Amino acid sequence: MTNSMKNSTTPVKRVALLTAIAGLIGQASPVLSQPTAATDVWSQPGIIGMVAVLLLVVVSVALLAIVRLGRVVQQLSTQPDDEREQEFDETVANLTPAQLALILERRNAVATYLSGDELAGDGYAHDELGLVSHVTTDMHAPLVAEKKRTFRSSDVDPKLIQLVSAYLLCATFWLVFGTLVGWYVGVKFVRPDVDHLEWLSFGRLRPVHTNMVFWGWTSLAMLGLGYFVVARTGNTRLFSYRLGWVSLLLINVSVIIGSICLVAGINNGGGEYREYVWPVMILFAIGLIIAFVNFYQTVAQRSTGEIYISNWYLLAGLVWAITLSVIGYLPFYQNGLGETVIQGYYMHMGVGMWFMTFTLGLVYYFLPMSLNKPIYSYSLGVLAFWTQLLFYSLIGTHHYVFSPLEWWLQTIAIVFSAGMFIPVLAGTTNFLMTLKGSGKHIADSYSLPFLLVGILFYFVGSVQGSMQAFRFTNLVWHFTDFNVAHSHITMYGIVAFLLWGCIYTVAPRFLGREPKQLLVGVHFWLALIGLLAYVVPLMVGGTLKGLSWMADKPFLESVVLMAPFWLWRAIGGTLMLLSHFVFAYNLYDMLLRKPVVRTSLPRLTSLTHV
Amino acid sequence: MFDFHKNHRLLVGTAGGIFLFLSLLIAVKPAYTVQENNAPLPGSLPANAEIRAGMNVFIEEGCVACHTQQVRNIDMDKMWGGRPGIPADYAWRQRIDNLRATPSTLGTERTGPDLTEIGERQPSETWHYLHLFNPRTVVKESIMPAHPWLFRSVASVGQYDNELTVSDEYRAGDRGHIVPTEKARQLVAYLVSLKQVDLPDGTTAPAFIEYKKAPPTVAANAPGPGAAAALPDGAALYTTHCQACHQANGEGLKGAFPPLKGSAVVNDANAELLAQIILQGYNAREEYAVMPAFGAKLSDSEIAAIATHERSSWGNKAAPLTADFVKKIRETIKTETTATTAR
Repeated sequence: MTNSMKNSTTPVKRVALLTAIAGLIGQASPVLSQPTAATDVWSQPGIIGMVAVLLLVVVSVALLAIVRLGRVVQQLSTQPDDEREQEFDETVANLTPAQLALILERRNAVATYLSGDELAGDGYAHDELGLVSHVTTDMHAPLVAEKKRTFRSSDVDPKLIQLVSAYLLCATFWLVFGTLVGWYVGVKFVRPDVDHLEWLSFGRLRPVHTNMVFWGWTSLAMLGLGYFVVARTGNTRLFSYRLGWVSLLLINVSVIIGSICLVAGINNGGGEYREYVWPVMILFAIGLIIAFVNFYQTVAQRSTGEIYISNWYLLAGLVWAITLSVIGYLPFYQNGLGETVIQGYYMHMGVGMWFMTFTLGLVYYFLPMSLNKPIYSYSLGVLAFWTQLLFYSLIGTHHYVFSPLEWWLQTIAIVFSAGMFIPVLAGTTNFLMTLKGSGKHIADSYSLPFLLVGILFYFVGSVQGSMQAFRFTNLVWHFTDFNVAHSHITMYGIVAFLLWGCIYTVAPRFLGREPKQLLVGVHFWLALIGLLAYVVPLMVGGTLKGLSWMADKPFLESVVLMAPFWLWRAIGGTLMLLSHFVFAYNLYDMLLRKPVVRTSLPRLTSLTHV
Repeated sequence: MFDFHKNHRLLVGTAGGIFLFLSLLIAVKPAYTVQENNAPLPGSLPANAEIRAGMNVFIEEGCVACHTQQVRNIDMDKMWGGRPGIPADYAWRQRIDNLRATPSTLGTERTGPDLTEIGERQPSETWHYLHLFNPRTVVKESIMPAHPWLFRSVASVGQYDNELTVSDEYRAGDRGHIVPTEKARQLVAYLVSLKQVDLPDGTTAPAFIEYKKAPPTVAANAPGPGAAAALPDGAALYTTHCQACHQANGEGLKGAFPPLKGSAVVNDANAELLAQIILQGYNAREEYAVMPAFGAKLSDSEIAAIATHERSSWGNKAAPLTADFVKKIRETIKTETTATTAR
């Protein structure tokens, strides 16, 4: 183990600590050691793990497909009902007059018949629930399976509804706009000369995309849903609506000014997700601090004894994000390679300690809510919380493996990346056990499929991230498009899908307006298929690119070989973007559309019918 | 005592405190240490204001999104520099100004080539101007964005304006003389200044981690049997080192880089001059850009492979070169240079 840290110049104590930790994780030395011969790829734990997790997905999908296919075959082989009905009809039609007379005679021999008034008496029959008046004999065949309806929750404070709706609508605006930009920069990989405008060049638009979907879409959607959770779980009202609106304003202004600065060429220094200059980012940070005060005070005035597990994640996510922004932007230790240490820390913690933490907190509330049953284990949630804090905080440098940063710093990052298995497994288990036995519920819901996909990607994406951190896998995948695929699996497959699941759970309850189920389905499938068409080719292409570099092929070959994979990315991206337009319409449908008098008022309609 | 589920102050305080402590331990302290313990290497500072301004243009245009500037200590990165990068290589980096932070030049994606040694690999300003104006003018397969706003079109052109020879295909109908703006000059000054500096005497560079077998040789490359059969892959080496200027079709670019197809020097039965130009570089012809020397970067057999590839492609039909021949030329040059310096 110690020989793997040959280049280290660290005190013995640190090495000893590391050795102990690595020992706990087991067969860690091949993970951390310097790569040996490139030929024994299949003995590398990183590669084996990555292949295993991808195979897991493929095999389970294949199994599912086989089971489904089996059912179809079974259905086809059993005699369909209408055939039997036909047989019966024919038998009746072929009865002889003598047989018919016999049947009629038996029928008349029965002494009494029910009149129909036995239970109701002479009174007028009200059909308040429309049980009878809504029965239809019009046998329409729906295009897709019909999902259960969601009804309005009458006890939500209208002010809270307004605030949350405003957050969700702003977030969705940034989602559509931000991914439109992302789609356009993706197209530029295929058609680099599509425009020659300074403000629309790839180098300037790329950070516009990433920052807009981070701070505009994801952060605002998270906060908006968070306000709902924190007030409901504390069984209290939100501490201050005014502060909620101020925070929304600040964050929106920061994204607007930040994006304009970036296209104008005012870039903080090029570090990923730190591209907004400090006067812009400080608006965002103040917005977060105000939101934190609001969340904290709401929890403080809760009328429940315990703090629900969701709020652990929400409060911690906010504190961590604020700490992170301050450390990321303070200049005192950021000259020379200091900048790089902070950059690795900042960009990874941004995803892990803010987006992932906060979103998981939301899932701890909305998953039980949409299943109408409690979370499987409170304790697992607590375990995941503390391990997330201890392990995730230390892994930023895994973005700079083999860089001039100190070897021990890289080793710690790799060790704890592997340690991330614990919170990930705890979280995934908790969610899946909560879902267990609710198969019918998932099939009948239009929000649960989003949550399910998000949870599955949470496992796959996180394991993938751990595997990518190993030294050997860095040879193949570092600097390639594989990273782009990974970041989209996490920020889109995990975070965006979970947020959509939460939004579709809660938004219809606000005003009792449901989105069109067909369009929710369209959103789901476009986003999922689009994401897969995006990440799978980039993972394949990224691998080929890395292998080409390892074989010392001319660099240009690695550009040329990516062409078809970049085209697939553009296609996948197009589907994803389309799904966002559909989602935006659905949100509008739920939150803004003028109410139409229709079956949402069953009492009135049933009265007029009678 | 540990009633986190009931005491929100304790919960937030503990979670925040632990995170702050870990952050100081894993980020702030190492950052501070690496900042304090490394002084810039002699010669590694941006030498003048123009180069510094060029680096700002580099940041403005978001070049760091696709170009790394780090030679990792692994075998595959040998093509980007002579030694792995060390913290001192980056010690000169500081905040750009009060508004903007330290430039994040190490990068995290290598969609385009690493630029640690771009000034060494491609010293020609002419090439850089053409490449920035539209990368497709010099590298057909490139997907890098064009930067025409760093150039302007003028009616008449002065002696020092570095007019670009751009073919109609990339002019978008513009008939004027295309010259670089101030920003383009700064950016190119920055790019050609990028080189790994020598470590001071007594400092040993860290070693590359070797993880693979000896580089493969392409035996079928040479047309005839014998000595040339053991040369490395000349076509691949040509793509890496020569193609950006002389082009895949060997025709060069009019007004910028001379053709090799049908060239008298390339096809000469006596390949002495060809080998000499590759070893030493060339700057004798007014109408063409400077060619860098490859003597220090490539081995005798690699140069022989490239020359052999050039002499047998695009209709060229000259005899292959051997590594021994290149070695002989290299020694002759060395003797001559020593003689000149002695005199």
